Amino acid sequence: MNRMNRDQMAARVARDIPEGAYVNLGIGLPTRVANFLPKDREIFLQSENGLLGMGPAPAKGAEDWDLINAGKEPVTLLTGGAFFHHGDSFAMMRGGHLDICVLGAFQVSASGDLANWHTGAPDAIPAVGGAMDLAIGAKKVFVMMEHQTKSGEAKIVERCTYPVTGIACVNRIYTDLAVLEVTPAGLRVVEMIEGLRLDELQRRTGAPLLKAAA
Amino acid sequence: MINKIVDSLAAAVADIRDGATIMIGGFGTAGMPAELIDALIAQSARNLTIVNNNAGNGDTGLAALLKTKRVKKIICSFPRQADSHVFDALYRGGEIELELVPQGNLACRIEAAGAGLGAIFTPTGYGTLLAEGKETRTIDGRNYVLEYPIRADYALIKAHKGDRWGNLVYNKTARNFGPIMARAAKCTIAQVNEVVPLGALDPEAIVTPGIFVQRVVPIAPAARAAA
Repeated sequence: MNRMNRDQMAARVARDIPEGAYVNLGIGLPTRVANFLPKDREIFLQSENGLLGMGPAPAKGAEDWDLINAGKEPVTLLTGGAFFHHGDSFAMMRGGHLDICVLGAFQVSASGDLANWHTGAPDAIPAVGGAMDLAIGAKKVFVMMEHQTKSGEAKIVERCTYPVTGIACVNRIYTDLAVLEVTPAGLRVVEMIEGLRLDELQRRTGAPLLKAAA
Repeated sequence: MINKIVDSLAAAVADIRDGATIMIGGFGTAGMPAELIDALIAQSARNLTIVNNNAGNGDTGLAALLKTKRVKKIICSFPRQADSHVFDALYRGGEIELELVPQGNLACRIEAAGAGLGAIFTPTGYGTLLAEGKETRTIDGRNYVLEYPIRADYALIKAHKGDRWGNLVYNKTARNFGPIMARAAKCTIAQVNEVVPLGALDPEAIVTPGIFVQRVVPIAPAARAAA
């Protein structure tokens, strides 16, 4: 069994983003999805700090520090792109205008609760940014994360033990082992990496899995 | 003749008093009115409440203001960053109060203030720690949290161009909180890279109409070293 690496995970998520979609890619691992969007599709990337039609990083030396993404890194604007203020930006999310957002996570529950903003550790300084707005705002929320923690604990759980970002908001989970769909009946396995059996995947998952529909 | 242009930074912020609530534009350093913040540091107002998306980066701008220990409270969405050491130390030392607000709630609470609304019901944060103890309501099957407007005595913002009536346009993603903060403060002070004559800004493209702006201070565009 070969776990997917981060680029393979990004490529897998990118495959599910259709032509014409308005998409927000969260900070961290999800940002990598941009590198794998099919060139023959027009996809609109939104950045919460106020741009739509975000392009790739500029060439070295061409950085414009008034043109940055949510991670505060310099980016470019595609022809046809637009700038707007924060009221408009979060109306795009909260108002249900974004088709897809891709977020990282600490944990996702069987009912699609998301925990990705705060470890809850007493000495941690909390920061939330746009995570809660994205989680409840986009039409579809994709989570992209390793299936287990580095120490082998399940990140897909019956109930989140970390403070939640949003309730029942996740639609799909893309991990280095599988793609899962959150359904009213529970977590449905859409696909698994080659060589992995359902019982093995189940052992690495903290909530019951439903077999893929044939 | 109406002329909102103020030539001196010091004069622009001279009447900010102890205990003031001040909105400061910017997302990280893009759109942060660094020169106005420096002018605020140079005067002596203390016991301030600051509203910003972040809580300062590095040792300049908002971070430098926090370092003076004249800020009692900060209302923001994302204080912790790789270079937020000034805030981190104050917070851990119990020397600053933090009101953590999801970014979109920060935006719409500021918008609510500017629009004269008494409160808003927002879906963001429902069921989370940040909504604990707050009134909720289910409307058309969806759950909402009651949140109150954030108003300010002053807004310090950065725009690209302004005219003597206070009309403003911004530069790229440096726009961020500028337009909504300008509407939510009793007195909005905009630093601009360039003052242009009345009529030079396309009326169809003015982002902040002058009614929301009380003072405009021209700043020479800073030659910015790559971070």
